[in-house]
Parts: sequence; structure tokens; C-alpha cells
Amino acid sequence: MKNVSLYPVILALFSIILTACVTINIYFPAAAAEKAADQIIEEVWQLDDAGKNEQGAEDTRSDN
Amino acid sequence: MNKLFSYLVLLVILLSLTLAAHARGTNIEINTPAITKLKQSMQQRHGQLAPYYTSGAVGLTRDGMIAMRDANAVPLAQRQSVNALVAAENQDRNALYREIARANSHPEWEKDIRATFSQRWISLAKSGWWYQAANGSWTKK
Repeated sequence: MKNVSLYPVILALFSIILTACVTINIYFPAAAAEKAADQIIEEVWQLDDAGKNEQGAEDTRSDN
Repeated sequence: MNKLFSYLVLLVILLSLTLAAHARGTNIEINTPAITKLKQSMQQRHGQLAPYYTSGAVGLTRDGMIAMRDANAVPLAQRQSVNALVAAENQDRNALYREIARANSHPEWEKDIRATFSQRWISLAKSGWWYQAANGSWTKK
């Protein structure tokens, strides 16, 4: 009997979790993209690792 | 009570799936055969392009490409081949941005990836190389 009143709560939790999943995948991960870009550029230009992190992964956007 | 317990278990499973998605979402996949191939092709071409970056004949554009910015810095006889190098490089760069977006199952990220790259190419460029500032003017690093 008591369980019945829990259904709305559980439904709400489900929707929160589902929304979180969707949100996570929509935002562009700017910091990770910067790191990936640096990695590729260092390979293409054959740069030394020295000074690689000077401006490295600073991020102006929030990325969850 | 049993029902409630199974709901809780289900919630925990969903929560861990969410966390897994989160961990995946904060990484950018760049290890695919297509991306590796593009990297190699660009790396090989860089040896030929580097002297033109140094001389200022070729510069880094604000949209993550390269361009002939001072054709007079290249002897007439070489101009055709430098133009071809620039065109081939830009083709690879376009493909690279597209492939990274696709490898991460978000083709719509292409323009964000391009924007990120355009900043990082310029940040990592050697001093003396030319790049295009946000307002479009050419600047020597």
C-alpha cells in the first residue's frame, strides 16, 4: 500500500537521471577537446613535450 | 518492501550507467584509423610546409586552416607547388575536424572542434610564424 505513493518519487528520479544522461552528451567537452587537439598538433608538428602544459587545459566553459 | 528494493537496485544500476556516460563524455576519441591516417599524412607534409611558415609565405588562419599570405615570399617556380601543398593540407584539416566529430558520435561538434584547433595551432606555433588574428589581420608570432 505504502509503495504506491513512492511511484511519483521514483518516476521523478528516473527522469532526473535520464535528463542527466542527455545533458552530459550534448555539451561539447572543451577541455578534453583542447587536450586532444594539443596531442594531435604535437604529433603533426613533431614538437617537444617541453612547454606543452603552459596553457594546456584551461577551460572557460563548464563541462560537467 | 521487495518491490521497493528492486526499484532501488534499478536506480543504482542507472546511476552507475550515468557515471559511466559521464566519464566517457569527458574524453575525446582520437584513436581511429581515419584520424591516424590523416595525422600521418599531415606530419609528412609538414616537413615541406615548415620553411614556408618560417618565411611568412604561409600563415595559420583563424578558422583552423592555412593560407598563402605572401606569395611574393615564394619564388615563382615554386608557387604552384606551395599552393598545392596548402590545398592538400586544408583538405586534410577539414577531414580531421569532421572525423574527430564523427568518431565521438557528434557530427555537430565539427565547428567546435575546428574552433578549438584554430586556437591551439596558433598557441603552439613557433615564434616567427604568421597567424590570422580574430579580426582577420595577419600577425607575426
